[in-house]
This record gives sequence, structure tokens and C-alpha cells, in this order.
Amino acid sequence: MAQVTLEGIRKVYPNGFQAVQTTSFTIQDGEFVVLVGPSGCGKSTLLRMIAGLEDITEGVLKIGDRVVNDVDPADRDIAMVFQNYALYPHMTVRKNIGYGLKNRGAPTAEIDAKVEDAAKMLNLSEYLDRKPAQLSGGQRQRVAMGRAVVRDPALFLFDEPLSNLDAKLRNQMRIEIKALQRRLRTTAVYVTHDQVEAMTMADRIIVLIQGRIEQIGTPSEIYHNPASTFVASFMGAPPMNLIEAEVDQQSVRINGFGNQIQAPQSFDGPVTLGIRPEDVEMDEQGQVVFHVDILEELGAHRLLHGRLANQPFSVMLGKDDAAQIGETKINLKPEALRLFDRKTGLRL
Amino acid sequence: MAETTLDTPAETHRPRRIKWEAIGDHIILILGALLMMLPPLLALTTASHDAVTIHREGLQLTLGDDLGKNFRAAMFERGGFTQTVDGMLMLMNSFILGIGFAVGKIVISMMAAYAIVYFRLRFATLAFWVIFTTLLLPLEVRILPSYEAIQKLGLTNTYTGLIVPLIASATGTFFFRQFFMSVPEELAEAARIDGAGPWKFFVDILIPLSKTMIAAIFIIMFVFGWNQYLWPTLITTDESFFTLVRGIKQIVLSYTDSQIPEHGQALALAIVAMIPPVLVVVFFQNWFVKGLTESDK
Repeated sequence: MAQVTLEGIRKVYPNGFQAVQTTSFTIQDGEFVVLVGPSGCGKSTLLRMIAGLEDITEGVLKIGDRVVNDVDPADRDIAMVFQNYALYPHMTVRKNIGYGLKNRGAPTAEIDAKVEDAAKMLNLSEYLDRKPAQLSGGQRQRVAMGRAVVRDPALFLFDEPLSNLDAKLRNQMRIEIKALQRRLRTTAVYVTHDQVEAMTMADRIIVLIQGRIEQIGTPSEIYHNPASTFVASFMGAPPMNLIEAEVDQQSVRINGFGNQIQAPQSFDGPVTLGIRPEDVEMDEQGQVVFHVDILEELGAHRLLHGRLANQPFSVMLGKDDAAQIGETKINLKPEALRLFDRKTGLRL
Repeated sequence: MAETTLDTPAETHRPRRIKWEAIGDHIILILGALLMMLPPLLALTTASHDAVTIHREGLQLTLGDDLGKNFRAAMFERGGFTQTVDGMLMLMNSFILGIGFAVGKIVISMMAAYAIVYFRLRFATLAFWVIFTTLLLPLEVRILPSYEAIQKLGLTNTYTGLIVPLIASATGTFFFRQFFMSVPEELAEAARIDGAGPWKFFVDILIPLSKTMIAAIFIIMFVFGWNQYLWPTLITTDESFFTLVRGIKQIVLSYTDSQIPEHGQALALAIVAMIPPVLVVVFFQNWFVKGLTESDK
């Protein structure tokens, strides 16, 4: 177990492309950190630099107290789970899991015992003598996990490990991975482009865009107080509503709706107003008119998609709330309003 | 079971429709098979006659009485100028050449492909294309300089001289390169994190994964080595290095004027020379099919 420190880490590819801009952050011992962002944001590059599969152009990387910039991946005391599992197809599950130990010269009896333990932990005991091709996707995923846990490393690295699974299995494995990490208390860095995975699994989320960190925070902080319109729209499904508005001292004015809404903070000028779809109330005496175009029935709740002041807008309602297509009046909860700079997109 | 109940007596009276297309197809296939079978069959039947009959009457279609005798003579009687070489020795030489070729080529081309694909070499692509263009230069083009080099190294009349100059293989390197490039990169990375160095990754992961490729290349290269004629003729003068392919020729050439060439023995030897490549193909074919159907993802 270890703390991971990145000090001014930067990655520039030989062709001059800067994949990761100078970044610094610390991952606490035992923490589960998720790197999330759209494809090409540098999250995988960052993970691969921590793994040692990619050279670090600039900066210092520490695992524990040791600077590992030039340490071989095998000697960094890490384990990695890949998106396509990267199991050795010709080896049985037993050998797949034990390969890392064998290469480190562990005695056979010890390897056997550890492999059995890991297999038991992951419900793989009966499959130990099968080859990867004879396993289902979820089982292969577990073997990949087994290969990581069996070595009891200081740091787990996950590179989109659930992307190849179907939705149901993904939900199940998400919980299993999280539970396993909780139990082992091993520091973990997890890369994903799926904001649901990020929200549900992380102790802390790092949102990346175009090679730089946009925001670091707990899932709740990221969700409720996004640092920018990018984070607001990337995290959460459906995303936060972002509409153009003006703030005049204490009140918010959305095109054509007077000055009835109280601003969460004092400001003067044009803003982007953000509000989560669930922070809206249906109210016949409501301040603003919402035109519903589409009604999505999701069981536990309903989604209304439509327009507010001619800008796209969504509302999430409980399953018992009445809703219909057409014009309706709503209230925006003042405490849930977030203001962003219209030009830079940054939180005001 | 369901089939039999359907075959009620009423049905049996109806004459089966003759599928002329199927018959036509089969006639073509049978003719093709016969065409392929005929030369070896003819060799076998002719090999069962004595030299005089063959010399007088040409190829024989019937089985004669001398099959055993001819085979025995071809395999165990010493022949040639120096009377040092028999069929068994030639068979062994052919095996040494065939297996030496196949194994040597596989080892060399696998290592070359490994270097090209997995290591960040300067000019790796260029190196590959240089290797690849040698495909355009067959042995015959470089045979004189090759001979000179071997002769200066004092490797004439040795197995080393027979095998080593020919084991660099552009074909093999090309095939292994293509195969290695299809192996997911993550596998190499996972092995790296698992503490496998370049050598361990090669031996523990790549070679087992390449089994089917190795089998395929073994077939091609074994047959290629087995059938070598020009290079052994040039590089070995000592008859104890003769291969079967050369031995056949040697028998047909009559040594003294008074002798009729031993055609029967030559054909017997030709049949012996045919069997091992056929067996290799048949044996490795099983692996081939297995490897292709049991796809490792």
C-alpha cells in the first residue's frame, strides 16, 4: 500500500503532441481514484505513465517514498488490469494468475497457495484448470483481477476494465471491484470514460479534458459543484441543464421571464445558468414556462425533454409526479442554481 | 430414427432422381484424383520390375516380382563411385537437411521478426524491407559468392555448409512479423508488469502462441529443404553427404558402359523420398486445423 504523488508530470510524444499537460496531485494510501474524461483527454496516458509503460517527459512520479520515473514496470510494485484483460490465451487460469509470482521466483508451494486464495476470493476455484477461451467475459475479467490481487501490490491500475462487458455484468463487476478494493485497502487508480462508473466507484474523481485536470473532488463535490460547464455536462445522466441568462445584482433573468429568480450569488452580467434536472419543481404558479417535447419513462423516474426560453432543457420527475407533453410551469430551486462564466465556462 | 420412419414402403417405389450435376462433378473429381495419383502409382508398379524389363519395355502398369528386391537394393546396397553410401544414409542426410532447414529457418526468422516488431530499433521498418526484398533474390542469383564464402570457410562437405547459408528466410520473417503484429500489445505490457523480461516473454508467451504458425512454416520449410538439389550438389562432393534427391539421379546414371541403369531401384528410392514430406504434411495438418478452429482470443 502506498501513496502516489505526481509532481509536475507532463507527457509530450515525439511528434510534438502534448498528451498530458503539467499536472500534480497526490493519491492517498488506500484511496480509490477515478480518472475520467472523454476519449483522447490523456487519462490513459497518465495511467500508463504511472504503470511505467509510457515514459514521463517531465516531472517526478513517486509511489510510496520512492521516485519511480526510471523504474521498470515490474519493479514498481503495481498490478494492472487491461480493457481486453490481456490474459495469456495458452495458459490455464491457474498459470495466468500465478505467472507474475513465478517470474519473481516464488516457491511453487507458495504460488499454489496464493493462487488458490485469490481464486477463492474471486469465485474462480472451479475454473482454475480452464483456458481463458473457455470462460465467459465476466470470468475473464475476474481472472484479470486475480492476476492483479495475487501479488498483493502497492497499487492497482485499472484501464477501462469494464468496457468489454454488457451493461448488467458491468454493474455487477463494478460492485465487486469496489468491494475487493475496500477489503484489501489497496490504493487504486481507475481509468474510465463512463461517468456512472466514476461516480459510483471513486473516493475521489479527477476529471480530465484535453490533457489537463479540470477538477478534482469527491463524487458529490463534482456532481453538485462542477468547476466548469464541461464538468457539469460530462458528469451526470442526464447532464446538468445549461442555459443562457443574465444576472442583475441579486436576480437571474432568463430571456423573457422577468426577474423573479433569486441568484445564488451576486453578480452582474451574462452567465450560463446551470441546474440539475432533478432540482426542478412542477408548479402551476411557477416562474418559468417549460415546453415538454418528449417524455421518457424510466420506471423509477420520468425524464421530460423540451425547451425553456427556446433552449434545450430536461427535467427529472419522480415516478408518481404527473407529467404531460406541452407547456407547463416550473420552479427552479434557487439553492441548486450554479453560475458559470459565459465565455470561459468556469464556475463563478 | 426419424429418418427411418419416413422411409415408408410407398416411398421406396418412387425411383430416386438422378442428379446429373453431381455425377458430372464427381467424374471431374475422380479424374483429377487419378491424374494426381497416377505418377506415384506408376512409380510403384514400375519399381517392382527388374532393370532389364524396364529398360526394354518402359514404364510398367502391373506389379512385378522384384519390388522387395529393388527396395532392398535401393536402401541397403552401397553404391556410387566410392561404394560408401546406401539408401539409409541418404535418407538420414535428407532428414538432417530437411529438419535442419526447417528448424534453423524458424528460429532465425522468429528472432528477426521479434526484434523488428517488439524492439524500438532504429530503421526497423527499413531493415524489414531489406530482408523482404531478398525474396526477389533466390539462391541461384547468389550461388557463386555463397559457394566461394563457404569454400573459404572450409565448410564444403559439412552439414553446417549445407544448412547454414540457406537458413535466413525472408518468407519466414515476413509471416512471423505479420503474426506478431496481430498479437495484442497489452499482452506484452501485461507480461512486462508480471516481471517477464524480453526473453521470458518470447519463450513463455510468444512461442506458445505461434504454435500454429510454426507448424505451417515447418511444413513449407521442411519440404523446401528436403527437395534441395542445386546447393547440395555444389557444396558436397563427398558421397556420404548425398541426399535422396541426389541419390536417385546417381542411380539412373549408369556408372559403366556395360550396365543398364537400375531404373527399378531409382523409382523405389523416389517413392522413399516422397513419403516423409507427405507424412510431415499429414501430421502437421492436424495441428493446423486445430489451431485455426480453436481460436485463442
